[in-house]
Amino acid sequence: MRLHSGIRIGAVLAASALLVTACSGGGGSAGGSTAGSTGGSTAAGGKVDLTFWTWAPGMDAIVAKWNAENPNIQVTVNKQDGGDPAVTKLLTAIKAGSGAPDVMQTEYQKIPTLVSSDALADISGDLPKDLKSHYSDGTWQAVTLGGDQVYGVPQDSGPMEFYYRTDIFQQYGLTVPKTWDEYAQVAAKLHAADPTKYLGTFSATDAGWFTGLAQQAGASWWGVDGTAWSVNIDSAATQKVAKYWGDLVEQGVIDNKPMYTPEWNAALNDGTQAGWVSAIWAPGVLQGNAADTKGKWAMAPLPQWNAGDNATGNWGGSASSVTSQSKHKAEAAKFIAWMNSSQEGVDILAKQGGLYPADLPGQSEALSAPPAFFPQQTDFYKTAADIAKSVKPFTYGPNVNVAFSSYNDAFGKATQAKSSAAFVAAVKTMQDATVADLKNGGFTVKQ
Amino acid sequence: MATVVSGPQVASARPAAPSRRVSSSARRPNRIGTVVLLIGALYCLMPVVWVLTASTKSANELFSTLTFVPSTHLWDNIRELSAYRGGLYWRWMANTALYAGVGALASTLVSAMAGYGLAKFVFPGKRAVFNVILAGVLVPGVVLAIPQYLLLAKVGLTNTYWSVLLPSMISPYGIYLARIYAAASVPDDVIEAARTDGAREWRVFGSISVPMMMPGLVTVFLFQFVAIWNNFMLPYIMLGNDRLFPITVGLSGLLNQGASQPAMYTSVITGALLSILPLGALFLTLQRYWQVDLAAGAVKA
Repeated sequence: MRLHSGIRIGAVLAASALLVTACSGGGGSAGGSTAGSTGGSTAAGGKVDLTFWTWAPGMDAIVAKWNAENPNIQVTVNKQDGGDPAVTKLLTAIKAGSGAPDVMQTEYQKIPTLVSSDALADISGDLPKDLKSHYSDGTWQAVTLGGDQVYGVPQDSGPMEFYYRTDIFQQYGLTVPKTWDEYAQVAAKLHAADPTKYLGTFSATDAGWFTGLAQQAGASWWGVDGTAWSVNIDSAATQKVAKYWGDLVEQGVIDNKPMYTPEWNAALNDGTQAGWVSAIWAPGVLQGNAADTKGKWAMAPLPQWNAGDNATGNWGGSASSVTSQSKHKAEAAKFIAWMNSSQEGVDILAKQGGLYPADLPGQSEALSAPPAFFPQQTDFYKTAADIAKSVKPFTYGPNVNVAFSSYNDAFGKATQAKSSAAFVAAVKTMQDATVADLKNGGFTVKQ
Repeated sequence: MATVVSGPQVASARPAAPSRRVSSSARRPNRIGTVVLLIGALYCLMPVVWVLTASTKSANELFSTLTFVPSTHLWDNIRELSAYRGGLYWRWMANTALYAGVGALASTLVSAMAGYGLAKFVFPGKRAVFNVILAGVLVPGVVLAIPQYLLLAKVGLTNTYWSVLLPSMISPYGIYLARIYAAASVPDDVIEAARTDGAREWRVFGSISVPMMMPGLVTVFLFQFVAIWNNFMLPYIMLGNDRLFPITVGLSGLLNQGASQPAMYTSVITGALLSILPLGALFLTLQRYWQVDLAAGAVKA
């Protein structure tokens, strides 16, 4: 009797397990979602479903337009957590062998990592031949890594600028800094006039921000030499940037709190943060976090290391890539080429997404009016276009995530300690961690 | 959580009432105890009050007005949240209800069968099985999420409803609880009597044991329901399709929009407030039934 019931339960479990797999097959194709469950064939007249992992704004609008015009290539947007989490998820899916989307938003600094994990497909054969001419050399290099393969189509870029509160500058008689020396003086003057106010903050949680500043100073943290990688994080240029900000934090004339916290949002609202070293997409963030300060901000070129120089770095910016698991690579490539390089697509990117399109021919038409949050700065995008031309070259390596998390740790401690020496030491810590990880990963590292 | 802990207190009402004199002195409130309890209550309720007031503020007011001063924008916030990507939030709510409802029901069934089997049957390896389950109680579910992902990826089940439902169905703690409860509340004599009368094992289980175990099973259901409702890691790893997300993963996405986007704080706070309402309602309705039966079971045992 007892054995009997045991067998029965076993049979029920087995049966329900079968049921489970049967149902999941149906559910998957009904949703048309997973790359693994869609059929492999692209026979004539066949409908293709593509999934698109992204966190950029305006993607729903652009996909809706595409889907209406291309009934045979239907795209579904799956919004993901921005940045690192999405990359981790993609890499896990690649290793597991299924579950990756067809199209993925890829930040420029993540492309080498993804390529070295075989997560991205080479779509050079599926793209229009003249696509290269749509982009600046630096941007195109980011998606090709300097080779003949193409791992994505650039979508937007993030040249860095300096944003400041015109009303507060007027109130305290401050002038817009043109060099970093002047920035330090203005920061000291503002903080002396009103000790609650700061001209900016050093954010130990935004590695991309610091990378952009190092890029402006002439650093390029990775390099390729034949088959060997080199790591140059601990260079004179990076040290200069770290020491500069370390001094300001040590003197207490700028804040040491991270950006993108509720506290920082409050500071943007009440004018405690009177300036922000940021990038072209800043108006959207300011609008979202401090809507009442509309019209009070202005944008200027980043302060320079030497008077008369004209250089900046990038913070943010993404391409769209086709993953190696996609079964419809040609269709996916067609979609991302349209989205990021047709006038139709670029217009939506700029107007509905608030992105700064990387596509040069489409840029000027799409960005005719200033951002709604900066109504008084009518030449906003003209100034921005000039600044964008001055982005310094920079090469990312295959373990940016390690360098960035090392940045968070080392600079987190340094900003807490408010010690300039700790800032410079943190650069060395980043260098050591990055080199050690590359070697562990089996890469050849040139010392 | 506080409500969960308060459940078993009912059992302590069991000792016979002492003499009147003692009881009146025991009834006098202990001042230190009251203060400690008040602080505890304050500690638990403050975040809830914060969510309540914060969800009535507009995006501008959120970071610029006094923390506990409510405003008038609750309805606007709910409308804005509902408008986000065509009402995706309510789909997340429905998903969460599905994951928690179906998952907790299935988990309760599995726990009841396994616990009953372990308590009332003799079979080789019983002790080993129970020890493994006991060890499973100690392993946090977070640790298992990645291996479960890799296993489900092998059979192509990731990014489906099943990828969250299947791992939620087995709860070592639920099985453990069901075993303890079955041992205490279902007398062997009753089972023997049913068998003597010719009932088959399924009938003994379904018609006699399950009703007797019901208060324990409600506990298992509630625990598992809350655990799945609040689970983040498992669906976060398993799901890529945002139409399958539960509320936890969806709201986290609204906060992590990348550096070039402002985080949608007001929507997240309003969403968090709305997401605890069903949980509260479930507790208030089920808890009464649960306490009564727990006490009844205690007397019968």
